[in-house]
Amino acid sequence: MSEQFLHWNIQQDNEGFVRLTLDRQQASVNTLNDEVLGEFNEILDRILLGKLDAKGLIIDSGKFTGFIAGADIEQFKQIQDVNYAFELIRRGQRIFAKLEQLTIPTIAAIHGFCLGGGLELALACDIRIAVDDPSTRIGLPEIKLGIHPGWGGTIRLPALIGPLAAMELMLSGRTLSAGAAAKLGVIDAVVPMRQLLRAANQLMRQPLKKKKLALWKQFFNILPCRYLLHGFLQRKVMEKAPREYYPAPYIMLENWLKDSGDSEAAYINEANSVAKLFTTETSRNLLRTFYLQEQLKSLGKEHNFFFRHVHVIGAGVMGGDIASWCAMKGFRVTLHDKSPKALAKAVQRAKALFTKKLKKPHLIRQAMDLFIPDLTGEFVAKADLIIEAIFEDLAAKQDLFREIETLAKPEALLATNTSTIPLDEISQVLKQESRLVGIHFFNPVAKMPLVEVVKGEHSGSIHLQKATAFVSHIDRLPLSVNSRPGFLVNRVLLPYLMESMQLLEEGVPMVAIDQAARSFGMPMGPIELADTVGLDVCYQAAKILTEHLSGHIPVTLETKVTQGELGRKSGKGFYEYKKGRLLRPKLPKNYQPSKDLTDRMIYRMLNESAACLREHVVENIDELDAGMIFGTGFAPFRGGPMHYAKRIGSHTIYQRLNDLASQYGERFKPDMYWTYSQESTKNLYQKAKI
Amino acid sequence: MNENQGTFRDVYLVDGCRTPFLKAQGQPGPFSASDLGLLAARELLLRHPLEPYHVGEVITGSVMPSCDEVNISRQIALRLGCGHRVPAWTVQRNCASGLQSLDNAFQDIRTGRHDIVLAGGVEAMSRSPLLFNQKMVAWFAKFQQSRSFGGHLKLLPQLRPSYFAPVIALLRGLTDPIINLSMGQTAENLAYRFGIDRQTMDAFAHRSHQRLEASVESCYFNKEIMTIYDDKGNFYDADNGLRRDSSAEKLAKLKPFFDKPFGMVTPGNSSQVTDGAAFMLLASADAVKKQRLPVMAKVVDCQWAGVDPAQMGLGPAHAIASLLTRQKLQLDDIDYWEINEAFAAQVIACIRAMDDEDYCKSELGLEKPLGSLDEEKLNIDGGAIAQGHPVGTSGTRLVMHLNNILQRKQGKYGIASLCIGGGQGGAMLIERITEEQG
Repeated sequence: MSEQFLHWNIQQDNEGFVRLTLDRQQASVNTLNDEVLGEFNEILDRILLGKLDAKGLIIDSGKFTGFIAGADIEQFKQIQDVNYAFELIRRGQRIFAKLEQLTIPTIAAIHGFCLGGGLELALACDIRIAVDDPSTRIGLPEIKLGIHPGWGGTIRLPALIGPLAAMELMLSGRTLSAGAAAKLGVIDAVVPMRQLLRAANQLMRQPLKKKKLALWKQFFNILPCRYLLHGFLQRKVMEKAPREYYPAPYIMLENWLKDSGDSEAAYINEANSVAKLFTTETSRNLLRTFYLQEQLKSLGKEHNFFFRHVHVIGAGVMGGDIASWCAMKGFRVTLHDKSPKALAKAVQRAKALFTKKLKKPHLIRQAMDLFIPDLTGEFVAKADLIIEAIFEDLAAKQDLFREIETLAKPEALLATNTSTIPLDEISQVLKQESRLVGIHFFNPVAKMPLVEVVKGEHSGSIHLQKATAFVSHIDRLPLSVNSRPGFLVNRVLLPYLMESMQLLEEGVPMVAIDQAARSFGMPMGPIELADTVGLDVCYQAAKILTEHLSGHIPVTLETKVTQGELGRKSGKGFYEYKKGRLLRPKLPKNYQPSKDLTDRMIYRMLNESAACLREHVVENIDELDAGMIFGTGFAPFRGGPMHYAKRIGSHTIYQRLNDLASQYGERFKPDMYWTYSQESTKNLYQKAKI
Repeated sequence: MNENQGTFRDVYLVDGCRTPFLKAQGQPGPFSASDLGLLAARELLLRHPLEPYHVGEVITGSVMPSCDEVNISRQIALRLGCGHRVPAWTVQRNCASGLQSLDNAFQDIRTGRHDIVLAGGVEAMSRSPLLFNQKMVAWFAKFQQSRSFGGHLKLLPQLRPSYFAPVIALLRGLTDPIINLSMGQTAENLAYRFGIDRQTMDAFAHRSHQRLEASVESCYFNKEIMTIYDDKGNFYDADNGLRRDSSAEKLAKLKPFFDKPFGMVTPGNSSQVTDGAAFMLLASADAVKKQRLPVMAKVVDCQWAGVDPAQMGLGPAHAIASLLTRQKLQLDDIDYWEINEAFAAQVIACIRAMDDEDYCKSELGLEKPLGSLDEEKLNIDGGAIAQGHPVGTSGTRLVMHLNNILQRKQGKYGIASLCIGGGQGGAMLIERITEEQG
């Protein structure tokens, strides 16, 4: 080639086949932006004009991390108006159309991430082959950012694999392994990495077989059937995401219903609706959520990390789950408990987790081999990190750490998973207080992405860095919090739970309470959440937190606990459970919820969030919002509690809280933070970056 | 230092650990042989400041690894986290495979080839397979080769009921094909030759259970046996072959198993079919110092001997005789003995042979008998009749437990010995370290 491209390498073999390798400059991951697409467009033009005499085209990636992770999200941020967005999308569509119309065979050779725009590019090729490796992930996850695929994905994928499978994939945003993608027909061949280019070269020489979609898959393209499927899928979506907050799936379904064929109009529809979705509040907030996640992910990445062996003490559900998660992530884990029964249960649970997540027997065994029950506790001496996860009792924890300090390697990091006890009360028994940090997981460990890294008064910064790096290494999101009672997540969550029980005592049906919270966008209502967490756990936390902060514990909670009705785990809490399934009672007829219902729960959460900021539990509103979204599932499309508050305005919130306080009591008294921030709105949000 | 060892280095026993021995319950047990091996070795290494990759070689004795466990030692080493660079091999000398691995470790360290060797034995006898017989295999082959549907159809009537009779690998493994006698029948031979009666055998077996029970009560196995966990929520913390209700009367009621119906060797006075694994850590003086390892005993010597396969149970007498002669030691110099209880008759025969002038002269080539072995020094905590005999593992267990006895009783010399199917015997001499090591 006479001219070098910045991001694309062009190699041509003596048979005329061109290998086009995307290796985006100054990036570890390939994403598609204006510049990359511009170069791609020029290369396609050269092929079309015969300047580059290609007999076939193989597109692959020069990155270790994968093929193409999608469109460059940085560019999304710059989108301000609908017209600009529309043009941007149309441009990409035209380039991919050009690729599709090439008369030479085109093959996408995929390894690692092939997501969003990356898959849409691959879909415009004749053939897709992918590497059979766990790192290969294929999908169209746009829906998670509040939009839908815009570069032809919503048109080419249904045409390729049939509307039912395609819609399911795009609506869920889930990603597929190479094998699963091949089964669905997204991928034409699955090969080991060592055969990727050989396979591409060989397939290039074979005459193209245009695969016809199986008849039953075409079934849903017939108009009446299309209506049927549309109705079915829409109902499915409605169960999960109300249109008001998540318009994207509904619009995508409607586009398909209107125009399912491969027509210019369909592409324009697609571009139009994505352009509109881009500028919605939901999409903005989901983008914010995405960035919050990236920000937490990036923490602790650069630290020089040497941990190999994690020792967990306490084989309860929490300790056991922490241990199995760490083993699954490749750490050697010893789990200590004095009860062999508890250890046996933990082994069983670990096996279940590994089986579910790792699937292949040799990988399951690998993880099991790293999961080591320790009846005597002597293996603490081998550990680089020691995590205490015993019951919440200060004296017991103190005794334990006193002993650990004498047995552990001098360089080992000591951590507690306490959720209620201030760190400094534990660390005061240590000779070297700076060694203790909090690493606070949420239940269930395998599902909750957030981990609070708790800084006590004396915690050393190097130790906190190590803890943060560790949390990153096990693919959890580390959130740095100061050791105030309840840290961040539980502290903000508790007033919300307590208020919901207060409402219950006032005679509001629990279904109404939970429904109100869910309509706001919480993933689960507070009553159901309390049942799931366990009422004894809630009670214990409430007791300790009300000691440190103010407030009182609802009587209903106390009675439930004394009666042994502990929630889901005991078969009965506020709700009743049959074989672990919640039996949801019906809402009483003609029930009219009070207009304050939602606000009473949500505003208590907002007020507590403000208190946390004022007390510097976390550094800024980004961290606070991230904590609540990833720690509790707080409505991600609202961008977090403080982002939500920001939109409403401090003054309005202050007034509303005052109203609620006069009507329902002192617990609603606006935190000083609101008054302070009214005077200087800038001050309040100055630290927010996202 | 022993001067006549020349340039050879001392070899130390650092520590040992084993799984509980799980009696075969008529169906495949919860653990594979490599699972058991991994568990024991993992626990052993975790107790000490060294990491798996510090080990120079992993040597594992195993008689019948499953078809998924070819070179089972390498599999254990890799699962243990020894890394790609630590070599591993599997040794097989039938019932003494677990002693063979220790002998190889001993040689490796003595000659300076390695500083630290992890050696042991594994066996999951309950998982030994049922195999298709050769007629069935031949039929399958024909079926495979015939490609047409019609061809397949034609082959179907050729199937005979006899084709479906499985080969029980375990029973074949416990039969000597050279002389066509099962191990139990060789024990009957010994009973016949030395005039051992049923009562004596049963009394011996009963004592084995009693001794084991007493030592379990005294927690003598706490350091030796670890707790293991299957993936169904169960745990195992003790050998489950022990019969606390054992009695001479109950043993007398059992029917002979090998020479039916007139023989004397019963399941009650034979060792049990069992799953289990044991590993020991052996090290040179340099490694002990460098890795800050504890030392308990020294391996002094090891000896192998061959005997008539039809009287394989006498193997220990032959190996012990040679070992004592070479080390210029008398029978009474040995403080404690562990002789594997493959069969009560067989251990009794060994004791009698060593005390028999005629046998010692003609068979062992000695001028006078070795003498009478004090049974209060022999298998003092019970043996394979009560604990079980996972064939690849027992050799390691005997040395490990002998070492523990020497520590407990402050003895000096101990010999562990086994008879070996096919007509062999093996014996290892160890010496407790009395003074502080550098």
